[in-house]
Amino acid sequence: MEYVGIVLVSHSHELVKGLKQLLSQLNPHVPIALAGGTDEVEIGTSVDKIQNAIQSVYSDKGVVVFFDLGSALINTELALERLAEDNITKVHIADAPLVEGAYVAVVESGCGSNLEKVINVTTEAKSLTKI
Amino acid sequence: MELVNAQIDKQKEYLTQLDQAIGDGDHGINMTRGFKEVIQKIHQTTYDDIGKLFQDVGMVLVSKVGGASGPLYGTAFIKAGQVLKGKPEITINELGQAFQESVNGIKLRGKSQIGDKTMLDVWEPVTKYIQQNGNTLNIRELISYAREQMEHTKELEAKKGRASFLGKRSIGHLDPGAVSSCILFETLCSILLEENLTKE
Repeated sequence: MEYVGIVLVSHSHELVKGLKQLLSQLNPHVPIALAGGTDEVEIGTSVDKIQNAIQSVYSDKGVVVFFDLGSALINTELALERLAEDNITKVHIADAPLVEGAYVAVVESGCGSNLEKVINVTTEAKSLTKI
Repeated sequence: MELVNAQIDKQKEYLTQLDQAIGDGDHGINMTRGFKEVIQKIHQTTYDDIGKLFQDVGMVLVSKVGGASGPLYGTAFIKAGQVLKGKPEITINELGQAFQESVNGIKLRGKSQIGDKTMLDVWEPVTKYIQQNGNTLNIRELISYAREQMEHTKELEAKKGRASFLGKRSIGHLDPGAVSSCILFETLCSILLEENLTKE
């Protein structure tokens, strides 16, 4: 893959589904995978879903994961530990707001930037002033 | 009381009780779903290794609960399972060691500390209490101690989880994770008491 992969983790499947639609308009080539809701598509997060989503967009370019709230982070960290056992290690959890962070990440990844650059812009998105 | 009974039937009973005991809110739904799956899973196997049982319980909770309680409880069981690996029955001291690993796991996974108004506010003191008292442990006193710790979370301000968004408004409410943890310990205690009685 030529692009850093993006994974969107949320307690709500609909939330990330909508976000993906928005992001795909920016750049349809950047691989974006979703892990929204539990295995039963109820509100919550699933470590298996997150793990599969990361794997589906993983390449040497790496992956950046965005999340909404609390347990999404805990389960993402667990997924990362499991993936590391299979030597899938170029995965970074973004400390950034889900929408703004993923937005700038897709733009940056779409420019062909490396993982480090994508991480940098997502971190900047954290201090983005909206008004 | 030296030995904890390893019979899986008893374990099932305690998990079922836990399943039934909490019935509202997100945490209740999540925990109920998780423990239902746990019971399904452990029904399929006969266990003569408590460590393996704990490991399996933890794995199911991690993948089935949905909220933060899944990975946190899951980690607690998995970590305890590593200590109890290969043991058909265990002593109170071994249980204390196992729970110490659980506490370490919960802290690491949840990045929480004592006083954050979480399940840890029950797990850590109760574990310390078990370790300090060892074989002279009075089960009834342990139950009331666990309850005291649970009640104590009412006064605390939430620092972790979704309750932390409420800030000071979280004061005055019990932490659900502390409550379910207390239920778990209480049920374990009731099994230990029952076991004691049948031995006498």
